[in-house]
Amino acid sequence: MSQKYFTRDHEWLEVAGDVATIGITAHAAGALGDLVYVELPEPGRDVSAGEAVAVVESVKAASDVFAPVAGKVVEVNAALVDDPALGNSEPEGGGWFFKLRLAEAADLTGLLDDAGYEAFLGESA
Amino acid sequence: MVPFAGWSMPVQYGEGIIAEHLHCRAKAGLFDVSHMGQVSLLGVGADRELEALVPADIAGLPVGRQRYTQFLNQAGGIIDDLMVARLPDRLFLVVNAANAERDIAHLRAYLPPQIEVIVHPERALLALQGPLAGEVLARFVPAVAAMRFMDVIEDRILGEAVVISRSGYTGEDGFEISVPNRIVEEFATRLLDNPEVALVGLGARDTLRLEAGLCLHGQDIGAETNPIEAGIGWSIQKQRRVMGDFAGAAIVRTALADGIGRKLVGIRPEGRAPARAHTAIVDEDGASLGEVTSGGFSPTLNAPIAMGYVRADKIAPGTRVFLQVRGQNLPAQIVALPFVAHRYRTGDRT
Repeated sequence: MSQKYFTRDHEWLEVAGDVATIGITAHAAGALGDLVYVELPEPGRDVSAGEAVAVVESVKAASDVFAPVAGKVVEVNAALVDDPALGNSEPEGGGWFFKLRLAEAADLTGLLDDAGYEAFLGESA
Repeated sequence: MVPFAGWSMPVQYGEGIIAEHLHCRAKAGLFDVSHMGQVSLLGVGADRELEALVPADIAGLPVGRQRYTQFLNQAGGIIDDLMVARLPDRLFLVVNAANAERDIAHLRAYLPPQIEVIVHPERALLALQGPLAGEVLARFVPAVAAMRFMDVIEDRILGEAVVISRSGYTGEDGFEISVPNRIVEEFATRLLDNPEVALVGLGARDTLRLEAGLCLHGQDIGAETNPIEAGIGWSIQKQRRVMGDFAGAAIVRTALADGIGRKLVGIRPEGRAPARAHTAIVDEDGASLGEVTSGGFSPTLNAPIAMGYVRADKIAPGTRVFLQVRGQNLPAQIVALPFVAHRYRTGDRT
């Protein structure tokens, strides 16, 4: 069983056991527009919650992608680096960015669930 | 929609910037550029008087032709860039939206009172750009078929007087069409009824002009840059250089005679990462060479491209420089502009 969460930075994370898969939401991908460049962290890197660890650039602009929780990078999506448009076509699937092994202190309590993120989008619209 | 120079502008329509960009290069893109300022100058001698403010040959501009030029300040800096067309009874100017008010004040301050400066808020401006633009527009105005690059005609569309120039800001063949506001929606709708035509927003307008190596005022050119550094010295005709009777002439002539310390060049990053405006350009030792003024992604080349000012000893195409992006020095090469060849209809009338 996995559990999906969202952040107020428009990222999603899907947690299965102690590994979280992280990407940007369909809303974020739509707002950024055509994605043309992705820079991902080195596997093995320890990251803290809120740390800027990846970069995504659309035709329009560059944005940071943050680690939503503390952990160690265990895998990155090479297919996304090769074809950043995956982030537009499958933002919450094949367009994932990186996977973190959650730190023992990883705190999921501040994250949003699906309904919470929808409500957040409604507020900020 | 985004705010732009006091206007609300669409960055993109439905399909996204890359699709709109590629459509314009393949077929015909329709741009609403009504935010641009349209100004008529009337009165005997308006051409000679305007020449005091711009370095292009306006007195020698034939009826039915247009030139690109710049308003210069006394230091040779570029207050704005503009198009000047000669119609039978007046000069017709198109200036940048962000500078329109300042340009109009500048004209009114420096032109003598017998030259009438008429601003046209009642007119909209559409650009139809791309290899099929001529074929499409000829269905509305047959006379455009005979136009060459930088020709200007007056004609009628939907019964209203229009001004059409064969020019644009994409590097493609195409037209800018000045029409009364009251018919612009109807005309745009009819253009879009043609299967070759799709709407293109502000986002692709920027990627298209960057691929074409065309300067954006406020970014690549401004009050701190002169036309010679900006690589647009070609727009200053010879006898104006010789006479030197325009604002900023002393600086321009010195730049031409003694050379310049920096020049606007094309830059191709070797990797995939775009370098945006204000990215520092350095040499292999990290010493400053200049700064990126426009940078992004080229949909045609499927690669990042940039323009920027670079120290004059490092501007030869093929020179390796480095771009400081997120704390890293990324290798890049100086290249000749434009990045994508212009396809203007410059040939003889057929």
